[in-house]
Amino acid sequence: MTTTLIDIKKEQEKVKEQIKAQGLRVLVCAGTGCVANGSLKVIEKFKELGANVRPMTHQDKVTIVPTGCHGFCEQGVLVVIPDLDITYVRVKPEDVEEIVESHIKEGKPVERLLYVDPKTNEHVFKNEDINFYAKQTRTTLANCGEINAESLDEALATGAYEALHKVLEQGNPDAVIEEITKSGLRGRGGGGFPTGLKWKFTAANRGGKSYVVCNGDEGDPGAFMDRSVMEGDPHKLLEGMAIAGYAIGADEAYIYVRAEYPLAIHRLRVAIAEAEKRGYLGKNIMGSDFNFEIHIKEGAGAFVCGEETALIASIEGERGMPRPKPPFPANKGLFGRPTLINNVETLANVSTIILKGADWFSSMGTEKSKGTKTFALTGEVNNTGLIEVPMGTTLREIVFDIGGGIRGGKKFKAVQIGGPSGGCLTEEHLDLPMDYDNLIAAGAMVGSGGLVVMNEDTCIVEVARFFMNFTQNESCGKCVPCREGTKNMLKILERIVKGKGEMKDIETLEELATAVKDGSLCGLGKTAPNPVLSTLKYFKDEYIAHIKDKRCPAGVCEAMKVITIDAELCKGCTKCARTCPVGAIEGTVRNPHHIDQSKCIKCGACFNACPFKAIKQN
Amino acid sequence: MSPQTQVGIDYAKVDEILSSFDYKKSNLIAILQKVQEEFRYLPLDIMTYIGTKIEGLSPATVYGVATFYAQFSLQPKGKYEIKVCDGTACHVRGSMPVLNAIKQSLNLSDGKFTTEDGLFSLETVSCLGACGLAPVVVVNGKVYPQMTADAIKIVIETIMNEEKEGK
Repeated sequence: MTTTLIDIKKEQEKVKEQIKAQGLRVLVCAGTGCVANGSLKVIEKFKELGANVRPMTHQDKVTIVPTGCHGFCEQGVLVVIPDLDITYVRVKPEDVEEIVESHIKEGKPVERLLYVDPKTNEHVFKNEDINFYAKQTRTTLANCGEINAESLDEALATGAYEALHKVLEQGNPDAVIEEITKSGLRGRGGGGFPTGLKWKFTAANRGGKSYVVCNGDEGDPGAFMDRSVMEGDPHKLLEGMAIAGYAIGADEAYIYVRAEYPLAIHRLRVAIAEAEKRGYLGKNIMGSDFNFEIHIKEGAGAFVCGEETALIASIEGERGMPRPKPPFPANKGLFGRPTLINNVETLANVSTIILKGADWFSSMGTEKSKGTKTFALTGEVNNTGLIEVPMGTTLREIVFDIGGGIRGGKKFKAVQIGGPSGGCLTEEHLDLPMDYDNLIAAGAMVGSGGLVVMNEDTCIVEVARFFMNFTQNESCGKCVPCREGTKNMLKILERIVKGKGEMKDIETLEELATAVKDGSLCGLGKTAPNPVLSTLKYFKDEYIAHIKDKRCPAGVCEAMKVITIDAELCKGCTKCARTCPVGAIEGTVRNPHHIDQSKCIKCGACFNACPFKAIKQN
Repeated sequence: MSPQTQVGIDYAKVDEILSSFDYKKSNLIAILQKVQEEFRYLPLDIMTYIGTKIEGLSPATVYGVATFYAQFSLQPKGKYEIKVCDGTACHVRGSMPVLNAIKQSLNLSDGKFTTEDGLFSLETVSCLGACGLAPVVVVNGKVYPQMTADAIKIVIETIMNEEKEGK
């Protein structure tokens, strides 16, 4: 069958003209974070006040563009005006008038809405000069925050579907797999399995019905990179899936998205509908004989569904329980057919690799971990948000340069990387180049890329308990080591944080951890003991302090907290006594007060109420 | 928690949902989500009904799926659904004091998730992906960023007052 492909360059020129006609583009972040901070009202206000404005740049008009996530959620609502070289932070609806009147009309920037560098205390005008952005390499996230995520035209103008076009033009699926293999791309969902190899295994079963499945079940608490890609640049993901489908010979695909991400689901639906209508997906894509249909499946809240065989079970409408491997999904997956499962970020890398080449991609990163990786930087760090850096970037660069250091000038203690399956990294790892293999060697893992920064006030044993509680809750119950092992590990950890631990508990924890790790059926169980093992490795002294001294060094564990009043500092103002919800504080006016330890519930209310800092915890 | 049965179920509505999903077994999760959206929870009778209407399913399988996923509730939820995020980022930045403050305001003890008057229900979720704004609380889809124990009490009081005035 002879087919004629559309001229994609011509299409691009057309949409670029349209975008030029928009005049001065005002980009307002409409990602989940900024929406929560009120960006929809900011957009409304801009539309109202900017409608008939002639900007000082002599462009015809002003166009307000709601975009996906810029990543700098902490500083939301973010407003970027590229033609004026400016980024405004923490914009409120009432600030819009001043931006329009002063800057857009008169060319005078509104200084009070600029980002202030916490180190130099100076105003920063441009995105590129904000440390948070300056040290990043954004390729997967290149368009997030730059384009209207609900417009196919805007995506096309940035080169969307050009890679798919190239692949269809060349007509050689094996060459696509070869290119991906050569690039060294590894699975971004956690495992780090070579993507090209996975494609090759699935492609070996070409001929019959097979599927592409995109894993968007970002269950790791504290991670949101996949959400940002789906919300900010959905076409990049869809294009990656279509290229994968072409390479392995599949014509149907599913995206499995967490139900907790309603905005991502909405944007994907809009994107799929528009791409199908315009012939970039669906039947005879761009005039070729390649067909590719994408469906969305909403998850229903089960962490284990991030495991590929459990995810398949869930798409089939069953309980999301993992299945033994082999058979691997590449041979027998969804509805019993060969299935390729890749994570969102992995697939979002594909189109750029095809366009810019495997050599470009493998020029970034370390020897065995190529390209860039997105991380969700959260916790006790100044700049929280979504970042993308080359593999091999050190933790120090991420936490102290991009993240701007620890909040409130406190001391860095550790980061938890890879969520409940990962481990913790401490001060000694600050200069370790972060890639798949180095992190495994350090007892952690890249995981999906959640980075939670903890300071001296975080109790590491409590964090281990928190993660064990999470995995225990999410254990599906199918295999015994995970079901019973995590339950007993949790019991021990609960005992320790309540001050009832014994020294032999540490040994039992280690023994159970090994059993769960070795004996569990799927990735959830195999990695569940990681947080306990890595905290035991680096912070054993804190465990011992809890067990032997009945003391929580960070002062977090309530059972061990003792709150007292320093009689020297107490002026007898009675504020604490009046604040105490259980009436545990006694004393008369102008005389030092006293806490009745048998009544105290250790809520800390008095601590916050005391104007003289006379109340001591621990 | 035992599942609840309910009298006077609009089965026509259930049929409509089932047919919109082609009575397909692989759509079971989507069907249950739609039913829950419609009825605010999954009544036992509807689960049984679905189990007999779709080929290849039994009421036991439907019940099995419904109890597997955290999203499904076998008890009626409140008019205002409060979700406290207890993902890692929120936990580290203090989601527990916020949760305790809500329990206190609503008079909810451990193991009780819906208020007597059916106005509020409370649950914790693992991560809403708004980690930059931790800790967050979501009330009927509206996200309240950077919550504290005091701030959430005000949010709840405001809703309570609005309800009183509305009545």
